[in-house]
Amino acid sequence: MTSNLQSARKTETIFRTENLNIYYGSFLAVRDVSIEIPKNQITAFIGPSGCGKSTVLRCFNRLNDLIKSFHIDGKIFYHSADLYAEDIDPVEVRRQIGMVFQKPNPFPKTIYDNIAFGPRLLGFKGDMDELVERSLKQAALWDDVKDKLKALGTDLSGGQQQRLCIARAVAVQPDVILMDEPCSALDPISTLKVEDLLQELKENYTIVIVTHNMQQASRSADRTAFFNVVANEKGQRTGYIEEYDRTEVIFQAPTKKTTQDYVSGRFG
Amino acid sequence: MASTDRSSPMSWQRTGLSRSIDQGFVWLTGAFAIGVGVVLLAIALRVGSDAMPAIQKFGLGFLVTSRWSVNDEVFGALTQIYGTIVTSLIALLIAVPIGIGVALFLSEDYLPPRIQQPIVFLIELLAAIPSVVYGLWGIFVLIPILRPIGIWLNANFGWFPPFSVAPAGPGIYAAGIILSIMILPIIAAISRDALVAVPSELRQAAYGLGATRWETIFQVILPAAFSGIVGGIMLALGRAMGETMAVTMVIGNTDTIRSASILSQGSTVASLLANQFAEASGLQVASLMYAALILFGLTLVVNVLAELIVRRFSLKL
Repeated sequence: MTSNLQSARKTETIFRTENLNIYYGSFLAVRDVSIEIPKNQITAFIGPSGCGKSTVLRCFNRLNDLIKSFHIDGKIFYHSADLYAEDIDPVEVRRQIGMVFQKPNPFPKTIYDNIAFGPRLLGFKGDMDELVERSLKQAALWDDVKDKLKALGTDLSGGQQQRLCIARAVAVQPDVILMDEPCSALDPISTLKVEDLLQELKENYTIVIVTHNMQQASRSADRTAFFNVVANEKGQRTGYIEEYDRTEVIFQAPTKKTTQDYVSGRFG
Repeated sequence: MASTDRSSPMSWQRTGLSRSIDQGFVWLTGAFAIGVGVVLLAIALRVGSDAMPAIQKFGLGFLVTSRWSVNDEVFGALTQIYGTIVTSLIALLIAVPIGIGVALFLSEDYLPPRIQQPIVFLIELLAAIPSVVYGLWGIFVLIPILRPIGIWLNANFGWFPPFSVAPAGPGIYAAGIILSIMILPIIAAISRDALVAVPSELRQAAYGLGATRWETIFQVILPAAFSGIVGGIMLALGRAMGETMAVTMVIGNTDTIRSASILSQGSTVASLLANQFAEASGLQVASLMYAALILFGLTLVVNVLAELIVRRFSLKL
């Protein structure tokens, strides 16, 4: 595995997009995204429904490739590598960029096998028991499940399932973890546990999180991008980034009035 | 529906009639469900009681005797039990890998939906062909094609017991292959339904961890659909064991086991019943009923096994 992705120069900016436009067929879903996502920080994407937050997030690990009509123009750089270059294998991208989904989606396998799934794909030869334990500890789930690693992952509670999914993502030691509304299906206590977890995870990982919960963004994120959406004359809705800055700036002294209106709860 | 007082939108109350319609519906569906069980039981009891004379005369020896002599009134169904099991196994051996392969191909997005849908429909149409048509096709098309292949197999691999007899035309192999075509649409259609029903979140989770499509299919999608696929295979096996017309037309209908070769002629329980019930009398009828009971038992065993496999593996996933 000595592709361009592996040999790319490591930079302090994990992702950089340049004039990114995202299309489904001829429909422009998100326009003109130019942002930089720094290393070992939590970056939050907020904004009203349908503004393209998740769509942009899913470009970062090329998960949108699964949708046939999807295509982009503009550039996305991961470190110094052009993510959408011809010679980049999306499978390899996803092995370095983990993802946690909106709905907890553990495999219908044991807790142990859920964690071991990714490392086994990568041909991990080390001590799997140790790796499973370490991953579950990082996801603050070890104490809950250490006596029942052979139980089905799908039998855990919703909050535990989501932490299992985080542990599963962490187990392959990715560079980045993308989170697509990871707490929207969780109760408030589980949500707080996941938020605490984010602060611990950012020591080792870069996190990009999409959230509908503005308190979550203001509590957890170092930087926040506010997405907005406009409809054209045909009623097609195109998302764009209204404002992107440090979280305190977005929430306390935004430069745009729409940002101010959104974060103060006046629309969206 | 029941009359309601519409003077105020909030004053709606269920009337006695509405309640009794609900209760009546519960009873009606309950009666239907119980009715199915009663019919099954009644058939089993009747077949069992009609088989009694043969059960008393031959006992379990019936299962291991391969002689069926109307003149001597000596009956044993080993030939037919053996033929039923072997033809069904040949059918599964061919139809399971092909059926699951077809199901996988048609459940992934390899084809645009415009092409995929008609193919799915055509495969389901295979199940709609009457079995007598399969039989006729077997006699006039399949056997003439298979026979030279059988002769070649016997000439070159005759030392291998399943090929130790030169084929006369009809035989166990032809029945097995006809059955495999007949059960293919069941396996393909049910497996496809099971595969399509796997939540897309699981697929995304696997892709998100860097699994290739291949790894996703074999390590996540297939295991998640396992119990549904086994269910389809068992349904197909039940169909194969009970299939009568097509098998009777191509198997050759001998009443002894000639050899271990699948190229030799044979007989199944179902083909035995179809061939003999019209002229049977006395102990022969009882023996046919006994054979029918055994077929009944075989399918029961298959279904129980399927249930056990599904439970065992859906926990181990």
